Amino acid sequence: MPSLLNLVACYIPIGEKVNAFSIYLNWLRGRFWDLLFCLKLCKCLYMGEVKCVVIAGYGTNCEEETAFACKRAGARADIVHISELLYGEKTLDNYHLLCFPGGFLDGDDLGAAKAAATRWRYARVKGREEALFEQLMRFINEGKLVIGICNGFQLMVKLGLLPGINRRYGVQSATLTYNDSGRFEDRWVYLNIDPNSPCVFTKGIDKLYLPIRHGEGKFVPQNEAILAEIEERHLSVMKYINPHTNEPTLEYPFNPNGSINAIAGLCDSTGRLLGMMPHPEAFLHFTHHPRWTREKLPEEGMGLALFVNAIDYIRQNLL
Amino acid sequence: MPTRIEVGFKSGIKDAQGEKIAKRIRNFLDIEVDEVKTVFVYTIDAHLSQEEIELVASGPFSDPVIQEYAIDHPLSTEFDWMIEVGFKPGVTDNVGKTAKEAIEWRLSRKLNPEEKLYTSILYLLKGKTLNRDLVEHIATELLANPLIHRYHITERTKWDGSVLLYVPKVKLIKEPTVQRYNLSLMSDEELLELSKSRLLALDLNEMKAIVRYFKDPKVIAEREKVGLDERITDVELESIAQTWSEHCKHKIFNGIIHYTDENGNSRVIDSLFDTYIKGATDRIRREKGKDDFCLSVFKDNAGVIKFNEHWNLVFKVETHNSPSALDPYGGALTGIVGVNRDPFGTGKGAKLIFNTDVFCFASPFYDKPLPPRLLHPRRIFEGVREGVEHGGNKSGIPTVNGCIVFDDRYLGKPLVYCGTGGIMPAKINGQPSYEKQAKPGDYIIMVGGRIGKDGIHGATFSSEELHEGSPVTAVQIGDPITQKKMFDFLLIARDRGWYNSITDNGAGGLSCSVGEMAQESGGAELHLNKAPLKYAGLDPWEIFVSESQERMTLAVPEKHLEEFLELAKKMDVEATVLGRFTNTGKFQVLFEGKTIFYLDLEFLHHGVPQKEMVAKWSPPKHPEPEFPCPQDLNEMLKRMLGRLNICSKEGVVRQYDHEVQGGSALKPLVGVWDHGPSDAAIVRPLLDSLEGVVVANGICPRYGDIDTYHMAACALDEAVRNAISVGGSLKHMATLDNFCWCDPILSEKNPDGDYKLAQLVRANQALYDYTVAYGVPCISGKDSMKNDYRIGDIKISIPPTILFSVIGRIPDVRKAVSMDAKRPGDLVYILGITYDELGASEYFHEMGFIGNKVPQVRAEVAKKLYESLHAAIEKGLVASCHDCSDGGLGVALAETAFAGGFGMEIDLRQVPYEGIRRDDFVLFSESQSRFIVTIHPENREEFEKTLQGNILARIGQVLEEKGFEVKGLKGETIINTDILSLKKAWQQTLKGLWE
Repeated sequence: MPSLLNLVACYIPIGEKVNAFSIYLNWLRGRFWDLLFCLKLCKCLYMGEVKCVVIAGYGTNCEEETAFACKRAGARADIVHISELLYGEKTLDNYHLLCFPGGFLDGDDLGAAKAAATRWRYARVKGREEALFEQLMRFINEGKLVIGICNGFQLMVKLGLLPGINRRYGVQSATLTYNDSGRFEDRWVYLNIDPNSPCVFTKGIDKLYLPIRHGEGKFVPQNEAILAEIEERHLSVMKYINPHTNEPTLEYPFNPNGSINAIAGLCDSTGRLLGMMPHPEAFLHFTHHPRWTREKLPEEGMGLALFVNAIDYIRQNLL
Repeated sequence: MPTRIEVGFKSGIKDAQGEKIAKRIRNFLDIEVDEVKTVFVYTIDAHLSQEEIELVASGPFSDPVIQEYAIDHPLSTEFDWMIEVGFKPGVTDNVGKTAKEAIEWRLSRKLNPEEKLYTSILYLLKGKTLNRDLVEHIATELLANPLIHRYHITERTKWDGSVLLYVPKVKLIKEPTVQRYNLSLMSDEELLELSKSRLLALDLNEMKAIVRYFKDPKVIAEREKVGLDERITDVELESIAQTWSEHCKHKIFNGIIHYTDENGNSRVIDSLFDTYIKGATDRIRREKGKDDFCLSVFKDNAGVIKFNEHWNLVFKVETHNSPSALDPYGGALTGIVGVNRDPFGTGKGAKLIFNTDVFCFASPFYDKPLPPRLLHPRRIFEGVREGVEHGGNKSGIPTVNGCIVFDDRYLGKPLVYCGTGGIMPAKINGQPSYEKQAKPGDYIIMVGGRIGKDGIHGATFSSEELHEGSPVTAVQIGDPITQKKMFDFLLIARDRGWYNSITDNGAGGLSCSVGEMAQESGGAELHLNKAPLKYAGLDPWEIFVSESQERMTLAVPEKHLEEFLELAKKMDVEATVLGRFTNTGKFQVLFEGKTIFYLDLEFLHHGVPQKEMVAKWSPPKHPEPEFPCPQDLNEMLKRMLGRLNICSKEGVVRQYDHEVQGGSALKPLVGVWDHGPSDAAIVRPLLDSLEGVVVANGICPRYGDIDTYHMAACALDEAVRNAISVGGSLKHMATLDNFCWCDPILSEKNPDGDYKLAQLVRANQALYDYTVAYGVPCISGKDSMKNDYRIGDIKISIPPTILFSVIGRIPDVRKAVSMDAKRPGDLVYILGITYDELGASEYFHEMGFIGNKVPQVRAEVAKKLYESLHAAIEKGLVASCHDCSDGGLGVALAETAFAGGFGMEIDLRQVPYEGIRRDDFVLFSESQSRFIVTIHPENREEFEKTLQGNILARIGQVLEEKGFEVKGLKGETIINTDILSLKKAWQQTLKGLWE
């Protein structure tokens, strides 16, 4: 039943309350004409629910809206404080999608997500004979999905999960460093999606318009060879573009941080791990858009599609 | 033996920070420099093996892709001059703290509390023309603040190639002691001297009230039972001083004022606060009857109103002026993370949903010599901006709205208003969330940071020179992450019902927080020696009144104690039991088992004598400006748009995260190119709902040069009309008052104190009149009364300043309206009458005058207009709406046009206007309660019908092309330009500051 409720919930526009059970049923009846909805419903009833875990604590601050995005996409989402993992109260094993949301882990004091990467790499789980990193690697090796947004992307890169060429996880081969401007900025950016990328989150999406909110988002690969491999394998799934030319750009402010090759987001070679500086969870509803008062926009924000893709993938492959 | 690790960028990697510093050296200090490189330094004072040091240097301390490191030897020798900047002993070093934690994770073992890490930054400068004087200037004027930083300059040619090894450890080698004073044996002079030497800020009257209490035989008898005598301990004296401080007891607002007006009529006002502020709110609540949405006003750390059936809103704005004058970064950072704790410590605690900040500075281009000890306004601006950036962004709270006011009288003291809103469920475990009640037997628990000497006597700046051996006490640096961790934990504890009461440790530290909560239960017993310290050697009174940041005090009942402490430990949050709440009527404090403080709560909280003051109002008379209407109004409009108080602040706004938490519904920057200045912000705190919170501010200190009555009225009107213009409604709107004044107490040193107090009285009268007229109650507030600078013969007083911050509810954010013109062909309206009210306007200031005709608010007319406009917005008839404020009609029209990316043609003859008929007056008058509205032509009839009974006029239309043309009162074209050049003028002024 919870899976059904999750699925139904994501069909109700934000702000419309469907509280009383009879209204619920009535509303549901109206929906049965929607073939796609029925298909999803059947599958959902048959297969069980998609479970997402959103990691919080130590300065993470986008966990609520990231969990909300998962729910809007039809999944269950639990916000789990990292201490719950470290004390063995919760484990990643029970989930399908792992979200590292945005924030300022440990204040980004040693460089973005550096201290947190040390914690994820070396901390041991109390009461279990394993390191947290082993749990994380098991999660990845079971074919599950990981998304890191902003600070979460920084964490994934510094943990060596991305670009993760040939599944060489755990060795850092790129970084995200200070913006060329030397300052934190909140602004919306236009992004192109590489249609040939193995990324499962971006299937069917060709463009995105999302906000960036960071001071350390400049992508720098360790060397030319790594960069070449990233490009060759289409791992640079998301690039900042100049909206007038639609081409990847180094021009400020379209490329807000000076990222090499305009790289805004990166996946690993399995396509199941995605990291991105822009915030998809910040554009779920048209009122998030900076110009919604002057443009005609669809009800749903562009960021949701990434979560919907992830959850569809899980339904098809992991349930 | 300490170890030093230097970390820097590999060659070929851009050093953005270094480049930024180099630019500032060139642009701000006018010093030629070829290059600046930065190197980060960790000084490790801990027992680590060589191998372990190598591990941490290559691991968490450096990024292998872009950085390299050196252990105990210099990373680079490529420089002409080198400046190392680190903290003085005892100053919060957030990075050092994180670095220590990272070592612990990396090595999988805990270091002991004595083992510490310290950080500093090396600036490697290259430049042929640099010399020691110039480098010293760069160090003190840009890189280091001698109050909190130490710096060390090295010249390459005289350098032996060694590295500096310095450990800024606090060494206090002394036993904690308690001093005792027999006040009854002291003369008046001695009492005053004691107050002065201990920085108590108590006057003779107040000292004598303390003497009387300690002479009472009953008091002495009770004290003797606990091992004390008729002598007061320094713990008691310090605590009374904190509790009775202006900051905590608002003695000026609660005093008796003998007020004489301009006609010589006198009256006695018994408490400005009760008479005007609380008086108005009480009346508004009565008049609203069952529509009253106030839940908790004036009694808690913040005000609480209803949001909807299931949720309450909490709001507070604080000031942090003096600390920001001394250390702009630390002062402002502490200001924002400090005000965060107010809504969090209100009722049972609120989740924080937005910040709003208002700053008042002198011009960043100030070019006269600076009086001693003052920092350049540009440095204050950048420091405050950065402090609020780190405080807000790192706490994950969106900074949704704010403004910056420039006036050179803020040179002596900048004003830093920091505000935070929160949301809490209407009920928590079946209890109203806005109420709290510590119960006898509950444990007193301190949660969060540790106690150091930082912020002792925070309100008073110590004139004592700060030297290497003495930790800094005057200023402090906040730590948003420690606080965030604490809030994450406390929200869980709140929802599980684990505590009965909560409050923050701000001014007065434990002394005030426990003292206040003790009133709820009827007493408290506190064991000071249990308090966790940053370093040993603090005297008990210091522990008691220290204002070290990131701490909350809670009342936890016995049955939840264990689970409370256990979860805190798991979530890496320090929580310590310090004692228990009682119902003895006494506040008792012990140190290692001995009582060192024993006071009746009644005396502590209600023993302060009421102040008596005089106020005398005589309206100032300024020369009436005489100048002809300028020939070139094109140029004049551009000059107006470029004025500091009007120009674009986008550079600041973009550095604040205004979207985190996913509820942003109307951003601070709007329009076709995302840089139009939004009048107010709207956030949607509940992600699955479309209900929004409207946030707006109003501030106009210039009008106070003529009359603070109208200044206060205009500030409130501005805040309200900003909220109205985006879709807010008078029906569900509350405000906070925030007074920053210059010393209003008449004395030899302050001969016009009675005038300044009269200004305060008049501002309060306006507050009463207009909040009542609009039905917008004050729900909380703040005052900061001594914003003067005086060294030697130089005295700089701020202009009396009042900020109103408004919070309201909008049922459906999809109805919100932004200020940018939407479509060519849309009709442009002005709502409200324009009078020739240019007194203290931006225009008169531009022309070098003040004048006398200050804008006035006609409340009846305004209220009707606000209700009608709200109805029109509700019906979806309004395409754009922008309030007319600084710079008047001309500025508002230009902003509407260029934010929309469309031109405009306007006819001033259509503007409803009263007064001396001049084109420049119509364009730049700052009459209140006016809006520029654009509507789609097909809505014209319906719009005019909805606005019926109000004064409004169609004055032009939006154009497809970029031209901006205004016809004057005689029908000829007086402005003929284009929006791009207007926009450029508006964006130019502050641009250089951010590049």
